[in-house]
Amino acid sequence: MSLQRRPLFALVLAGLGVFGASPAFADSALDTILAKRSIAIAIPTDFPPYGFVGTDMAPQGLDVDMARLIAARLGATVELVPVTSANRIAYLQTHKADLVISTLGKNPEREKVIDFTAAYSPFFQAVFAPRAMVLKSPAELAGKSIGVTRGAIEDMELTKIAPAGADIKRFEDNNATVSAFVSGQVQVIATGASVAGNMMARNPQLGAEFKLLLKDSPNFIGIAKGDDKLRLKVNEIIASARTSGEIDKLCVKWLGRPAGDLPN
Amino acid sequence: MVQLDFAAVLADWPLLLRGAALTLALTAVAAVLGVGAGIACARARTHGPPAVRALAAGYVELVRNTPFIVQLFFIYFGLPSLGLRLSSETASIIAMTLNLGAYAAEIVRAGIDATPPGQLEAARSLAMTERQVFLRVVLPPSLGRVWPAMVSQVVIVMLGSAVCGQIAAQELSYSASLIMSRNFRSFEANFVAAGLYLAMAVLLRQALAWAGPRWLFGRIAPTGR
Repeated sequence: MSLQRRPLFALVLAGLGVFGASPAFADSALDTILAKRSIAIAIPTDFPPYGFVGTDMAPQGLDVDMARLIAARLGATVELVPVTSANRIAYLQTHKADLVISTLGKNPEREKVIDFTAAYSPFFQAVFAPRAMVLKSPAELAGKSIGVTRGAIEDMELTKIAPAGADIKRFEDNNATVSAFVSGQVQVIATGASVAGNMMARNPQLGAEFKLLLKDSPNFIGIAKGDDKLRLKVNEIIASARTSGEIDKLCVKWLGRPAGDLPN
Repeated sequence: MVQLDFAAVLADWPLLLRGAALTLALTAVAAVLGVGAGIACARARTHGPPAVRALAAGYVELVRNTPFIVQLFFIYFGLPSLGLRLSSETASIIAMTLNLGAYAAEIVRAGIDATPPGQLEAARSLAMTERQVFLRVVLPPSLGRVWPAMVSQVVIVMLGSAVCGQIAAQELSYSASLIMSRNFRSFEANFVAAGLYLAMAVLLRQALAWAGPRWLFGRIAPTGR
């Protein structure tokens, strides 16, 4: 018994060592990335075409390609960390990921806890519902059940504009939100354009259409608060990839249109 | 070092309280229905005709060998395609009841199997019907024997209800998750939620340990155990 315990004890010690070393992150994750030649990047796997699991079970999509591009520019191998809308910020805060490239929109609440690089791809969130439903203003959401992914930008925007009588049902990830709408558990869905597009293409019987714009929100890369060195380096990479047309090429490949104007 | 800010989480106490209340409500309904279903199922498995025994065994094995969250998703997301649309709370109660029922059936069955044959013979020699024998002689001491295990199972089901937030039932873990997604205080929110679950589990355990002997099976004579 005691023989078996010893490796465990050593493991605990090693774990403590890792914790002890963690203040090094306070300098810059960039140094660690360059030294280890490896970078952990959080990507979505439930968010086509930004990040999803293909038939070969490997993650792919615009965010995944972007993660590979940045890793390549840093001369590092990429370790893809699958995250959901609800937990991606926690991954960054706990240093389980160096970067979050996961259709992350910028808002003041998030800016309090993490930093953002320049935008790397376009995006918008909206409310979708069956064609037969009259829904021209947020006030008409009263008395309707609306599915939304908890913690996503559309959740916050919807919460702001929804009247008191709206029944907002929050789900853990986009798959559950879409399932709830497709199975009729909610009458209306608030989600990103790409999720809605994918859902409508696969379920033409729903007759869903665009109803209300919630927010035009380009995607940014999330970075640990205060890590300016890594942020400037990633900004540099984004700027050069935009000039060289690589980002436009990715957007055409996955979204069917060039990136357009992106804020810095 | 991470700065802890519990005030940011506790400021949302109405949300946490509502979540805890729904968790307790779901558990209360599921516990009553589930234990009832478990007793019925245990009786079917020990005393029923072969077809009923097979049916009860099938139910128990089906539920005990599939994950709770899959059962929950099947009821909430799967049944609408068969035309049965349930609210997230109803779906949660049904899933929790079905789940508890299967485990409770096995727990009660163990208690029934441990009934000394002499008690059955004594009851029958008093010309009691089989129904009377089961309800008055077999069941109460059986429940008394297995009550600690039953209480644990109810607590497990209450803790398991944390996944009901996945189908937007606004129970405690849903509240914690919502708070987390608003202010990103994940450590504090989970810490507070864990504390509430712990308190609720301890209270539930004590309440059931107190209530069982008084209302369900009476104080058991030492020989009954």
